[in-house]
Amino acid sequence: MDRSRILFVCGALAALALYPLVAGEYGLGLVAKTMIYAIAALSLELLVGTTGLVCFGQAAFFGIGAYGAVLLSSQSEPASLLWLLPACALSAAIYALMVGALSLRTRGVYFIMVTLAFAQMAYFVVHDTPLGGGTDGIYLSLKPAIGAWLDLGDPLTHYWFTLACLGAALALLARLLQSRFGRALAGIRVNEQRMRATGFSTYPYKLAAFTLSGAIAGVAGFLFAVQDGYVNPELFSWHLSGSLLIMIILGGIGHLRGALIGAFAFALLQELFQSEAVFGDYAKHWHLGLGLTIIASVALLPRGLVGVPQLLRDRLFGRSINALREQTHGER
Amino acid sequence: MASAEVLLRAREISRHWGGLVAVDKVSIALQRGSVHAVIGTNGAGKSTLINILSGEIPASGGRVELLGQDVTGWTQPRRARAGLGRSYQRNTIYPSFTVLDNCRLAAQAHVQKPWAIFSPARDCAVSSAAARAAAARAGLDGLLEREAGLLSHGQKRQLEIAMCLATEPQVLLLDEPLAGMGAEETDRMLALLAELREGHAILLVEHDMDAVFRIADLITVMVNGAVIASDSPDAVRANPDVQSAYLGGH
Repeated sequence: MDRSRILFVCGALAALALYPLVAGEYGLGLVAKTMIYAIAALSLELLVGTTGLVCFGQAAFFGIGAYGAVLLSSQSEPASLLWLLPACALSAAIYALMVGALSLRTRGVYFIMVTLAFAQMAYFVVHDTPLGGGTDGIYLSLKPAIGAWLDLGDPLTHYWFTLACLGAALALLARLLQSRFGRALAGIRVNEQRMRATGFSTYPYKLAAFTLSGAIAGVAGFLFAVQDGYVNPELFSWHLSGSLLIMIILGGIGHLRGALIGAFAFALLQELFQSEAVFGDYAKHWHLGLGLTIIASVALLPRGLVGVPQLLRDRLFGRSINALREQTHGER
Repeated sequence: MASAEVLLRAREISRHWGGLVAVDKVSIALQRGSVHAVIGTNGAGKSTLINILSGEIPASGGRVELLGQDVTGWTQPRRARAGLGRSYQRNTIYPSFTVLDNCRLAAQAHVQKPWAIFSPARDCAVSSAAARAAAARAGLDGLLEREAGLLSHGQKRQLEIAMCLATEPQVLLLDEPLAGMGAEETDRMLALLAELREGHAILLVEHDMDAVFRIADLITVMVNGAVIASDSPDAVRANPDVQSAYLGGH
């Protein structure tokens, strides 16, 4: 990764760290939620952008992390973060391992459909059985903590903790992509057949990526449940899986910072189109504006927001070597 | 070459899809130090043969032996790690990686260590050394940091071979390495193959007949999935069956 990208990510994290100094309660909650989506989008980026697996069932892992936070907590005293968070990540990872073991035997559009089917199955399990409290959802009355010094019930503490998780997820994935494991995943994305001919058993690689992705999405779900103090079956719905896909497409697939940028762009667009101050009565139909904007951005920015600086440079200084590269590759 | 060592042997391998016989009881032995060419018209079963030998598709019948071991039931990755390298007819390089990274990724197959997620791939001494050696052997040492997608067509084909070599195979299955090459690039590639003959057993599937007769030690001719001749180039050229079936009868 070159220096400017590292600088960009560090700058973004620093800005997020300073944000509580100027933020009100609403803003703090909104940015914390967006960071949670960014973590989930990063987990999806590992599958879609790195390994080339388009997963349409990321919501299931997110939902399991969220429900885990509530179901595993006791009603009488706050659960310890030290075991609850790993337990939620592990639950999501185990589910991802099972889903991956079956779905990774399919390819392309079948893979998309099978992952969607598994997520919908999880959705109906929590929606229609007593296990998940049915359609009403469940409340988390006592939020997890570590003794007295870290209480996630405090919004500011929750904000810091979410930021730390986001930073950790970015650092972990950035390191991972440079490792032999990450290079092998990239090889699988570009040409899986060649990887097999070279001596890589690709299935275990894909399954490991899928499981890790599930664990990270589970952490995001945990943070979500703790922030809201409430979970409902909608966390498992395909709307969330779709939104996460839109975030990474909007930001730019193939780049970790794309997931970060995409999550924030998505949140901003949503806030904008929901704002009655700007759109008056039309704010009720915010989905329409959001959808049109996303269609427009995909049409105009095929490489996502990450590609905007390059696009501007090409406009200003003519076509660069990168434009030439795009032509000669045919594939990313 | 009387006591030449057979590295890969196929015994009566067949492959059929329903009623269509793509490969019909083909037996072939690849020896160390020799280039064995397989020629035949389109649809003669040459690529299917390579796919069966490398383990990409299973055989419907017959046996494949690699270095004296029966590998018929082995997966493709396992065969590859045991010393079987193959190249593809079309380019299968990773265009956004550098030449060195392409070779290193291939070399990494022997030291995969997927759990070492905090140690950068570039720091792996074993695969880096193998990658550099393979790139140098294939004539790409000046281009290690060049992005693979920006190479010329001939260089991409060289890189294809370099990636094969980076896994340090003993047997090379090359599917049309000369496809689309100009005369000069063809000469360079043939020189490389001649050099690789030492120490490797090479199976060459190729449409460029001049090149085949220049480089091959043995030629097997396939028609409709079956072998009609397998002999030295001169004997194959003189074989009347081959002449009528394939070389056009002159």
